Amino acid sequence: MNELLKFDEKLFKNQKRKAQEFEEIAIEIRRDIIKMLFQAKSGHSGGPLGIADIFAVLFFGAYMNYKAEEPSWKERDRFILSSGHYCPVLYSALARAGFYPVEEMATLRKFGSRLQGHPGRDMGLPGIEASTGSLGQGISIAVGMAISDKYLDKNEQKVFCLTGDGELQEGSCWEAAMAASNYKLDNLCWIVDNNDCQIDGRVQDVMNIYPLDEKFKSFGFNVIVCDGHNFEDIISAFEQFSNNSKKKIGKPCVIIAETKMGRAVSFMEDKHQWHGNPPNEEQALIALKELK
Amino acid sequence: MNQYTLLGKKPTRFGFGEALVELGEWSENVVVLGGDITGSVLTSFFKEKFPDRFFSIGIAEQNATTIAAGLALSGKIPFFSSYSAFAAFRCADQLRLSVCYNEANVKIGGGHSGITVGPDGATHQSLEELSFLRSLPNLTLLVPCDYLEAKKATIAIGKSFGPAYIRFGRSPVPMFTKEETEFEIGRANVLRKGSDVAIIACGIMVWEALQAAEELQEKHGISAMVINNHTIKPIDVKTIVDAALECKTIVTAEEHQIYGGMGSAVAEVIAKNYPVPIEFVGMKDSFGGSGEPEELMEKFGLTRREIVLSALEAVKRKKKNTHSYKNVVDVAV
Repeated sequence: MNELLKFDEKLFKNQKRKAQEFEEIAIEIRRDIIKMLFQAKSGHSGGPLGIADIFAVLFFGAYMNYKAEEPSWKERDRFILSSGHYCPVLYSALARAGFYPVEEMATLRKFGSRLQGHPGRDMGLPGIEASTGSLGQGISIAVGMAISDKYLDKNEQKVFCLTGDGELQEGSCWEAAMAASNYKLDNLCWIVDNNDCQIDGRVQDVMNIYPLDEKFKSFGFNVIVCDGHNFEDIISAFEQFSNNSKKKIGKPCVIIAETKMGRAVSFMEDKHQWHGNPPNEEQALIALKELK
Repeated sequence: MNQYTLLGKKPTRFGFGEALVELGEWSENVVVLGGDITGSVLTSFFKEKFPDRFFSIGIAEQNATTIAAGLALSGKIPFFSSYSAFAAFRCADQLRLSVCYNEANVKIGGGHSGITVGPDGATHQSLEELSFLRSLPNLTLLVPCDYLEAKKATIAIGKSFGPAYIRFGRSPVPMFTKEETEFEIGRANVLRKGSDVAIIACGIMVWEALQAAEELQEKHGISAMVINNHTIKPIDVKTIVDAALECKTIVTAEEHQIYGGMGSAVAEVIAKNYPVPIEFVGMKDSFGGSGEPEELMEKFGLTRREIVLSALEAVKRKKKNTHSYKNVVDVAV
C-alpha cells in the first residue's frame, strides 16, 4: 500500500488553543477520514469531512472534559453521535486524543473491529458512550444523560450531541427538543451539522426543515448559529455554551453549524453524492495531496 | 386437585405499580418516566412517593424509551410504562437499538395488554407484541399471571441487570398465587402435575388452564399438567421438554395472537428437542373489539372451554399419531 495511506502517530492534547492552532488538527482528522474510508472501501465521506473543524475544537480545545486514559472517568463530559454514520470523524478524534491506538483506524468496518460501521457500544471501543445509527435516537439518549447529570447526580458535567440536518426530519428529534427545554437542560449542547445535504439531495428539496434557528428558538433553546469552518466562530460558540452552562441559564443550547459536506476536498465539497461513498485509491491520494 | 384457589380479583397493574414503590425504597437509582397515563399504569404510586425521581415526558413514547436508555447509561435503573399498544410497537426501533443493542438497563412496563382492556377496543388491545419483543437480543420478557406475580416479577427485573419488558393488564383478574409461590426469571412453574397433556400458559390464561385441568379430570378422566410459563424469554427449555417427555402432547394458552407469541416459543423448543403434537389457544389472527373482558374472551376463544377442547384434540392426535394439516384458524371456538 502507498505509504501516504498509512496513519502517522501524532496525538493532540485537549487544551486551550488559539484559532489557527486548530487548523493542523482538523487537517489530520480529515486525512484520517480519507485513509479510513479508502481502506474500508465503504462508508460515509461527506458528513465527517464537513464537521471535522467542529470536532477539532470540541475535542482538542478544552471545551469537553475527558481523560483518554480513563474513558469511564466519572466526572467526564459525554459526547453522543446521534448521526451514527459520521463515526469516522469520531473514531479519528478519539484516536488522536489517545483513547485507543492510532493504527486501529485501519480496521474501520472490518470483521471483528471495534470500529463498527456505526458506533456499537458492545465492541468496547473506549470513548463510545452509546450505540447509535438509527437517526433521531442519539439526541434523546443525550437528553436522558443530561437529566441524570442535572437532576439526579446534580453535577456540573455536560453532554454534547451531534445530529445532522436531514436527521431533524425524524419527528422524535422534536420530542427530544421539547424535553430538553421542559427540563431546562443548560448542560446540554446540541450541535446541528447544517450542511444542507442528505442522500437524496438538498435538505429543502427532500423535506424542508428550515428556518432552523426560529424553530429551535420557539422550542425554548438558546440558539447559536456559527460558520462551521471558521475557528474563531466555532470557539466563540463553545465559549458561549460553556458560560451559559456555568451560569445555569435554564435553557438548552443548540449550535447550528453552517458547513459544507466534504469540506476541503475539492471534488467532494458540497456534493451530496459523497454522502455515503468512500474514495478509491486515486481519489484518496488526490484528497490527501489537498489536505496539507 | 388444584392447590390453587381463587383468592379474589385484582388487576396485574397494581402489582407493577406497588412494586415500583418498593424498588424506589430499595435503591435511589430507580427512576420512573411518565407518558401521561401514569394513573392508568400506576406509575402514579411512585410519582407520589418519589417526586424527585419521577420525570414526566408527555405523550412521546419513543422519546421516553430513549431517554430511559440515556438514564441507564448514566447508571440509573429507569422504568417507563405505557400501554403495550404503544410501548412495544411504536418504540420498536428505540427498543431494538437504544435499549437492547446498547444493553441499557431499561425496564419497560407494557400495560393495558391483551383483549381484557375491554371497551377501549381493538386500537388499544395489543395482541401482537410478544412476537416482536421475544426476537430482541438481550431482552428479558415476562408475562405474569396475577397481581402478586406481577409484583414479584417487577421487583425481580428491577433487581437484575439488563433490558426487560413486563406485560400486564387493566382489568381485575383472578388472584391465586401466594407469597410462598416460587418466582424466578427463566424458570416456569409446574402448578399442577399431570400425565396425559401438558397445558403451558402465561398471563391470565394460567387461571383458565387450572380450571380446564379440573374439568378434564372430572369430565374426561384426563390428567393435565399445568405450567405457568411466565418468562417468555429466556424460555425455560428444560421444564417444557420435560413436560413433553411426560405428557407427549401440549396445549399452549395465551392472551395474544397464536402467531409469534408464547405458544410459538414453546413450539420452537419442542420442534428442536422432542417433537410432539401441539394445540394453540390464543387470538386466531384477528383484531379484537369493544366489549367487556369476559364477553371478548368468550368471543375470541380465550377460555377454559377452548383449552379443554384443544386438550381433547391434542390427546386424540397423540393417540392417532397422525399428521394433520388443519389450518390453525379453523380450531373450534
